[in-house]
Amino acid sequence: MKTNIRAVLIASVVAIVAIGATAGYVSAQAAPRAKVIKISAKRFDYSPGKLILKKGQRVVLELTSKDVVMGFNLPDFNVRGDMIPGKVTRVEFTPDKTGEFTFLCDIFCGSGHEEMHGRITVVG
Amino acid sequence: MEHRMGRRDFLKLAGIGGVGVVFGSALPGMANAHGEDDFFFLQLSDTHWGFEGAPNPDAKGTLPKTIQAVNSLREKPDFIIFTGDLTHTTDNPVERRKRLAEFKQIVGDLNVETLYFMPGEHDASLDNGKAFQEFFGRTRYSFEHKGVHFIVVDNVSDPRAQIGDEQLAWLAADLKTQPANKPIVIFTHRPLFELMPQWDWATRDGAKAIELLMPYKNVTVFYGHIHQEHHHMTGHIAHHAAKGLMFPLPAPGSQPTRAPLPWDPAQPYKGLGFRSVEADVDEARYVITEYPVLKA
Repeated sequence: MKTNIRAVLIASVVAIVAIGATAGYVSAQAAPRAKVIKISAKRFDYSPGKLILKKGQRVVLELTSKDVVMGFNLPDFNVRGDMIPGKVTRVEFTPDKTGEFTFLCDIFCGSGHEEMHGRITVVG
Repeated sequence: MEHRMGRRDFLKLAGIGGVGVVFGSALPGMANAHGEDDFFFLQLSDTHWGFEGAPNPDAKGTLPKTIQAVNSLREKPDFIIFTGDLTHTTDNPVERRKRLAEFKQIVGDLNVETLYFMPGEHDASLDNGKAFQEFFGRTRYSFEHKGVHFIVVDNVSDPRAQIGDEQLAWLAADLKTQPANKPIVIFTHRPLFELMPQWDWATRDGAKAIELLMPYKNVTVFYGHIHQEHHHMTGHIAHHAAKGLMFPLPAPGSQPTRAPLPWDPAQPYKGLGFRSVEADVDEARYVITEYPVLKA
């Protein structure tokens, strides 16, 4: 009898662990890893200046500057962050529409500021 | 009195009733038709002194020609407001001051006694307005003129295109001194609303300023920055962008980038100009008349 109880307990523990592992697996599947893209700025360019993203693919942008403080502003997705020399600013978003979108520097950084912009293409 | 009747007839013809804004285009002389209590001022904007490039082959001549046009008006305005970007930006602080000094000297030829100035991002964003203040003083202020309360809001000295909490508190305190039905005019450089943020045509915290202004019934905003005439309402608040005086910019979203429109040799100075604003103080209405750099 004791043997039977022990067997049931062991089976239950195994089942619980298995369910937990399965749940964890499902959870991990529901939140796929984000695509990480590093973008650096220097007066008056972004590198890279053109990005191709996939609709529905979560993206983390790691922003920094090589000279002065700049901005990264992607108004169509309500995404912005400061680009600070020596620091990394992370902004995250998931494109929910396809098309061509402009990002621009929104911190006045000098004589070429008004030409400082880049392009994001979101494909389906 | 005769002039006053003429203006009121125009308002009737325009079909405007109650509080509102009347636009006058191609109505030379209307701006001069003011009565005893009313007045008019001029808005000049975005002179970009120091700019050089194909969009304006007469970069050094456009401002002097504009001054000639202003000085030849039949009646003098009560004052002139320059709504920013007096100079074109430069990374060199010495050159910045040289341009500001030249600009100040040139506009000294205006035969109008009272001139008000405010900076644009080209004048002020690289040094938080330091050089501008050396030549023109404060970047934000308010003043009273014949029953209208004017407020100059600085949304450029912070390179982040922000008014900032400290200035917003100042604005709130200034507004508190005014009754809710007071005619209030805001002068600012950038649009306070999100006109085209993809082209940097916005103020990051402009919505906070509009929120402060909303309780006031008679608010009108005149601004520059976008180098073209543009009219927009946020609730009951009217926003009027002025043409520039160096190069015109495209209509919002009409081309991939905000690159200046090309100079048209067949129509030189096309898209450039200044405006008069005639205030009907009792009714808090304004007649806007656009003037070209050169008479047709």
